[in-house]
Amino acid sequence: MGITRRDAVLGTAFGGLLLPSTLRAQPAQRPQELRIGITTFLSGPASVFGVPGRQAAEMLIDEINRGGGIGGVPIRPFFVDEGPGVEHLLGEFRRLVLNERVEVMLASISSGSCLACTPLAEELRRVTLLWDCGTQRIFEERRYQYAFRTQANATPEVLAPLLYLLKRKPDFRTVAVLNQDYAWGRDSWELWRAGMQALKPDARVVAELFPRFGATDFSTEVTRLLALRPDVILSTSWGGELDTFIRQAAERRLFERSTFVLPLAESSLERVGRSLPAGHIVGSRGDHWFQHPAPADKARLDRFVNNYRQRFNSYPIYPTYHMYQALSALQAAYAKAMAANGGNWPNEQQLAAAFPGLEFDSPTARMTIREDGQGLEPQLIGTSRHTDALPFATLSDMIVFPADLVTAPVGRNSVEWLRGLSRDILDRVPAPAG
Amino acid sequence: MGAWFADNGLLLGLALLDGLASAALIFLVAVGLNLVFGVLRVLNIAHGSLYAIGAYTAAGLGAALGSGSLPAWAALGVLVLAAALVGAVLGPLIERMLLRRIYAEENVLQLLVTFALFMMLEDVQKLIWGVQPVHHDAAMRLFGTVDVPFGSDFIPFTAYQLFVLPGIAVLVLVGLVWFLRATLSGRMIVAVTTDREAATAIGINADRVYLLTFTAGAVLAALGGALSSPTAAIVPGVGASTIVLSFAVVATAGLGRIEGAALTALMIGLGRSVAVYFFPEAEVLIPYLIMVAVLLVKPQGLFGTLETRRI
Repeated sequence: MGITRRDAVLGTAFGGLLLPSTLRAQPAQRPQELRIGITTFLSGPASVFGVPGRQAAEMLIDEINRGGGIGGVPIRPFFVDEGPGVEHLLGEFRRLVLNERVEVMLASISSGSCLACTPLAEELRRVTLLWDCGTQRIFEERRYQYAFRTQANATPEVLAPLLYLLKRKPDFRTVAVLNQDYAWGRDSWELWRAGMQALKPDARVVAELFPRFGATDFSTEVTRLLALRPDVILSTSWGGELDTFIRQAAERRLFERSTFVLPLAESSLERVGRSLPAGHIVGSRGDHWFQHPAPADKARLDRFVNNYRQRFNSYPIYPTYHMYQALSALQAAYAKAMAANGGNWPNEQQLAAAFPGLEFDSPTARMTIREDGQGLEPQLIGTSRHTDALPFATLSDMIVFPADLVTAPVGRNSVEWLRGLSRDILDRVPAPAG
Repeated sequence: MGAWFADNGLLLGLALLDGLASAALIFLVAVGLNLVFGVLRVLNIAHGSLYAIGAYTAAGLGAALGSGSLPAWAALGVLVLAAALVGAVLGPLIERMLLRRIYAEENVLQLLVTFALFMMLEDVQKLIWGVQPVHHDAAMRLFGTVDVPFGSDFIPFTAYQLFVLPGIAVLVLVGLVWFLRATLSGRMIVAVTTDREAATAIGINADRVYLLTFTAGAVLAALGGALSSPTAAIVPGVGASTIVLSFAVVATAGLGRIEGAALTALMIGLGRSVAVYFFPEAEVLIPYLIMVAVLLVKPQGLFGTLETRRI
């Protein structure tokens, strides 16, 4: 019997359209282990964040596996160093997906890494959780089906300390900035400047200092700032550079002349000890703080902090909380996807479909992932203070900013949104909680 | 011009004070690299690792000895001791075990070997000291601050950066020049630098000179790191940024020229400080602008001499 044209057309329609979609709808087979790739800095200056991130991942994965894994499947992590650069990272990303057959990627610390990884995740159709990088551009410039961020982006991380400053010390007239000369340093200053122009247009910028990334000495910048006497000094620097800047500024009494706003200083507090004096504004890239004034579940926060301290002999800093959030989101997404799939193990489309609107627990709050893939994370900002209990500064007058107050709405460009802010937003800032 | 100085003269004065401390540290590291290259003709990329290990060791030794409760000069002595230990242990080890095997090899291979050593020492640092920033600022705190008048205001400077670092750099410069010109060992080094074949022909033990020179270079690298440790946090990767700047100094100074290294370090230190005040965007470029400007006019470097190529 010959094949007619009608048979051929029907066959093509079935084979080309119906069959693949039918196959896609098939549940995946439950694997022996859930392989996840984790990209983080294990070398270079940013390993001050990357290594604690890896340590938190190892600790949390041990805990998850001891509890039976995800849906009964133990997790096996594959770590990749972001240090050698983006080209190396993309090669490793591809290798992990294609050769090691990882089911989910957790990427990355650097915004440059995330900007490079997300299109690749889309190309390879592999669920990728942006676990720590801050650039707001990713979900503002393009929509992704497989990429999701399990924390805030740079916009709330910069706007929250600006609002805190405007609420607590509104009379400042001059501002200077000292940021690292790379994407985050420049972008965060652009965001701050846009917000400040909208909310405090009479504030004057007296110095814009961008020492090279990796600089080890800020003596000249400190002298310049001492001579200028700005009311406010903003620095979104981090790691060893922030430590050095704080110590050199303290030694030369710069803290006595200006109010510092340090949105990432939570990660330096334990290291710089008493060098950071009382009365300066500190942020934590989220609402992470071991003395959070009102955590959603205090026992959960204490358990995480104590376990981390017991194992690594230091207080957890923000990348460890971000790793917690990524793994918590992963557990919640698998649970949601399996529930929607009759209890069967989800394939990659079913897993990806679970993320928009997903709710999951961080150590301090209940978080949500928006429909554009962006996580909504509250921001905790406080003022440094010293007590006899600890040999480093802790926070007082803490304000926990709700995520929706400080995050640009879906579909809005952050800089334009910040430029359009009105002072009404200050009326919606919550009162200090602790 | 006069009006500009009237407006900015005081700021320029502050910038020059800042530049001195920066120049001192740049000189200490670069002069060791320059000395080693001048004698051994090996561009030692692992010099940056010796700087970093010197810094880590000084911070560790300072913390272990409780240098915060010592007199200021004793705390400074701890830094120097740490540098001497690092140089005396690692210098001979690297020269004997590694460099001695590649003196006759091509420059590219020498570069690759020292680069490989640099990479290995980076990992060794992470294994020993971890990745968190390390800091021990006892020496800087103990020397206190000095208030420098600034119009009707004053600017606090640390005495450590204003006096101690430049003072040590001058001592090292004078000491090295004296050593090379006035002592037998120094003259042997100069002889081997000028013409190894002729020097060995008249009985100079070139191997011993190489060992001595490399050890001195290692001590100077470690000293640069140790003296920077009270003012800066030590982090993974600090060796890499140091070596890049040192190469710029060596190329500008003229390979093997100590006075050239001092003058270049001073130009770079002052240039960068002035840039922070008046052209902040250019600060990163200053060392390389100076290097390009000098090499365009004097391709052999500030103090370099033209060499006749031997066939």
